[in-house]
Parts: sequence; C-alpha cells; structure tokens
Amino acid sequence: MAPLRFLKRDVKSKRTLERVVHGTFLIMGLITVGCVLLITIYLIVAGLPAIREIGLIDFLFGKEWASTEAEPKFGILPFILTSVYGTAGAIVLGVPVGFFTAVFLSKLAGKRVRAVVDTAVNLLAGIPSVVYGLVGMLVLVPAVRELFGLPDGASLFSAIIVLAIMILPSIIKVSLTALDAVPKDYEDASLALGATPVETYFKVSVPAAKSGIAAAVVLGVGRAIGEAMAVMMVSGNVANMPSLFESVRFLTTAVASEMAYASEGSLQRNALFSIALVLFLFIMLINATLNFFLKRKGERE
Amino acid sequence: MKKSFKRMGCLILCMVFLCGVMAGCAQNEGVATDGSTSMSKVIGALGEAFKSETGITVTYNAMGSGAGIQAVLEGRCDIGLSSRDLKDEEKAKGLEGTVLAYDGIAVVVNPSNPVSDLSVQTIASIFKGEIKNWSEVGGNDAEIVLIGREAGSGTRDGFESITETEDQCDYRQELTSTGDVITTVAGNPAAIGYASLASVKESVKPLNVDGITPSEATIKDGSYLIQRPFVLVTKRDQALGESAQRFFDYVTSKEAATIIASAGVVAAQ
Repeated sequence: MAPLRFLKRDVKSKRTLERVVHGTFLIMGLITVGCVLLITIYLIVAGLPAIREIGLIDFLFGKEWASTEAEPKFGILPFILTSVYGTAGAIVLGVPVGFFTAVFLSKLAGKRVRAVVDTAVNLLAGIPSVVYGLVGMLVLVPAVRELFGLPDGASLFSAIIVLAIMILPSIIKVSLTALDAVPKDYEDASLALGATPVETYFKVSVPAAKSGIAAAVVLGVGRAIGEAMAVMMVSGNVANMPSLFESVRFLTTAVASEMAYASEGSLQRNALFSIALVLFLFIMLINATLNFFLKRKGERE
Repeated sequence: MKKSFKRMGCLILCMVFLCGVMAGCAQNEGVATDGSTSMSKVIGALGEAFKSETGITVTYNAMGSGAGIQAVLEGRCDIGLSSRDLKDEEKAKGLEGTVLAYDGIAVVVNPSNPVSDLSVQTIASIFKGEIKNWSEVGGNDAEIVLIGREAGSGTRDGFESITETEDQCDYRQELTSTGDVITTVAGNPAAIGYASLASVKESVKPLNVDGITPSEATIKDGSYLIQRPFVLVTKRDQALGESAQRFFDYVTSKEAATIIASAGVVAAQ
C-alpha cells in the first residue's frame, strides 16, 4: 500500500514539473511573438494618422520632402526610389561576387584556403555598420570624388558600393550552405558521364542548390534595404530624387536622421512613423518571398 | 502556520516597497532641464560640477530648443534650454530668457582652400546656391560643395537664422553630427560647412567673417556676426523650485564661467 502511494505522488510531482517547464517555454516563445505583434500594431497605429492627413497618394508619390519648412511637404517617393535603386545596385554588384565566392569555396578551394576565406567572411559579417560607414566616409567617398571628377563623392553610387560589401557575408554563407548540401552522388554521376568539373558545378551543383541561392539573394535584399547607419554616412542624406552621382536619402536614413529632433505629436514625427511603416511593409514582403523559397526547398527535400 | 508566514512576508515586502516610494518622493528632487541639443556639452559640465558641490542631480533631455521651450510652458521640466532668443510670442506666453552663454558658429573650409575671408552676405549667397564656384569669391576653379546639418539640428537652425537662409540652403550633404561635418570638409578641398566654434579642429580652416576671426573675444563683444545665445528659459510669474533656483543661481554665477568656457562657449557673465 505504502510504496504505491509514494509512486503516485512521484508521478504527480513529475507531471507538475512537466507542466511548469512547458508553461515557461511557452511564455518564452510568446515573448518573441508578442514583440513582433507589438511592433506591428504600434507601427500601424503610429503610422496611419500622418498618411491619412497627408493623403496616401501625396505621401507615396510626392516628389518633395521638406518636413521643417514653413509649408512642409511630405512626399517620400525620393526615399522609396532611392531604397529600391540602392538595393538593386547592391544586389547587381554583390550577388555575382558572393555567388562565385561561394562556388569557389564549396567546390574548388583547398581546405586551407577555405578556412582563411571563411574566417574573413565571418569577420566581415561581424563588423558593425557604423565602421563600414566611417571607412566609406574617409576612404570611399573621397576616392569616388577623385575617380569620377565629381565635386563631392557622397552619392547613391558610394552607398551601393558599401551595401554590396555589407551583403556579401549573408550571400556567401547561405549559398555556401546550399552548395555544400548538394549530394556528392549528383556530382560523381555527372563526372562519370564525362562532364568536366566546372561543367558539373554550374550545370549540376548550382541548379541543385538553386532555391538556397535564391534565399541568399533575398536575404541580401533584406539586409540592404534595412541598413541605415552606414548609408547615412556615405549617401549625403539630402532628399533628392535618386541619381547615381547625386546625394540621396534612403527610407531608413529618412527616419533615423530626423527622429531625434521631431517633436512629439507633430505631423513630422507622425510622417516619420509612416515612413517606418512603409519600410516595414517592404521588409515583410521580402520575408514572405524568403519563406516562399525556403519552403519550396524544404518540400523538395 | 506556513500560510501566515507567507502572508507576513507579503506584508513586509509591501511595506518596504511603500517606504521606498515615499522616501523617493520626500527626497530633494533633482533639477530637470530639457531642450537644445547644442547645449549638451555646457549643461553636462555644469550639471556635473553642480552635483559634486550640492549633491543635487541635474537631468538633461536633448529634445531641441522648440521642444524644451514647450516643456517649460507645460511644466514638464524646471529649466528649458534654447539655443536661440525667445520669440515674442513665446515671451507673451509668460516665458523669460536668461542668456547663459554665446556660441559662435564657425564657417569652415578645407585647409587647402585659399579663401579665408567672406562676408555674411556672400556666405548666405553661397549656401543659397547663387554663388556656385569658388573662383567667384577668389578661390580655385571648383564647384562649391555645401555641407550642412540635418533638418532640426540646433547648429543648422542657428546658422540659417543668422544668415537668413532658412529653407533656402541647397545642401550637397546633410550630415547628422558636427564630427561628420568636420570629417567631410577635411576630406574635400571644395567643401564648405559650419560647426560650433568649440568643436572646430585643426583639420579644417575657420573663415573670417567680414574680416573678424572667430574667437572667444570677438564672439563676446559681438563683432563676430555668426553667433547665437544659449538661453535658460523659465516662467516669469512662477518661482523655481528650491533646487532648480540653486542651480539657476549657480550657473549664472561668476564661478561657473570657467566651466562654461571649458565647454567651448563664451560665458555671458
């Protein structure tokens, strides 16, 4: 009788512990979800009033931003286009470099070379963005000015270069993982059929890792569009319509550079939240695309 | 027995809490100052010195002159900090300004630039984009690159209001800190920018304005024209709290002048 009772109690207390642990982990998980929800709701609540006041069309397609003038203008088309062009430019420059680096590291490089380049890529990923900005400001901007004979080097072009370098690590690492995961049998089969190694890599390995590489590109887009500090320091930060060698302002920098001074409750501040909302929607879209690619990859496997 | 222990524990905890809260209220309150971002250095230095002397903490919120003035008006802080004179309509709302110090804004160019003296009008035309090439003002043949600060910056507001170029400046770059302005001007031979005289470094050349070199003396006697006051904003018909009044007396005293000078601006007293 007595031992049985002990057993019962033991099971009971274990079950309680189980429940407590389960609850704790659930709460931890909910904190993350809660943060995302909170930010989303806050951005929507804070971002909509200004859009309503300015008018969606005027806000999104207005070509002039002059938030502190006597007759303020709140058009964010220059920021949207700059962000889109800047990101596109960074992808055009960064993806080929990153992609070929990944192919080289995964298939061609020797162990030692790979270890060295891997370390370098990891270091590149760890450099804070303000350092990119500072180096860009001190080295890249004057160099661009000299090279192209411009009055000033702070421009969309400089920002694209900085962004292209900044997205390299994410592109290389994600593509590398995808390429490494290609089963060796595929390559062996191709080689056995008489294809050269390079043919094999580009006609067998790369197509097999296609969705992973696509995910790398989308990740790069996300990183580029969300970057603020580095581009703020090299882009000149003036609300012009974008042009390659003119000073420009991105969506992120538009929020960052004016937020400190915009007074509480003013239309300027609300408009900054609206810009953040637009940026948020962009990033949601990119994330959805990323999920789409990753899911497809998962299904195939 | 166990339960009552728990209850006791709860009670004791609550009381400790309450005591803490009450003690916090009863203690001598700190001095709250809100306003101009340009004044952070001065107020920081003064606040530190004041605390070491009296033990009263001075808090400072950098929100911009306009917001600081608003905060005084709404009673959200003790002393407002403004880096411009109060406007008449602000005075009409019952606010009073006391000049704490004068801040000279230096117009800086690259050290390799041969131009060393410009008038306020010329500077204004340059920043409005009417004069586009350095050769028009006696310099090399190079397009002038205008370096400014972001909208809302105290220095930009000060510079534009003194030179009467509000909302007309055709900047090539709008940077978010004084350091960035200095770095950029130091790196571009055709650049011109502006910064608080206190933060001007060797790497750039401050221009003479109407023949007057910017310096502490020329700012104080008013002969250097591009300068602005740092103003303490209070309510005219409402006395300051005890500690706020002590802080106010302290910063406007003669002894504080050396501390103000160490922050790179010129004390008014």
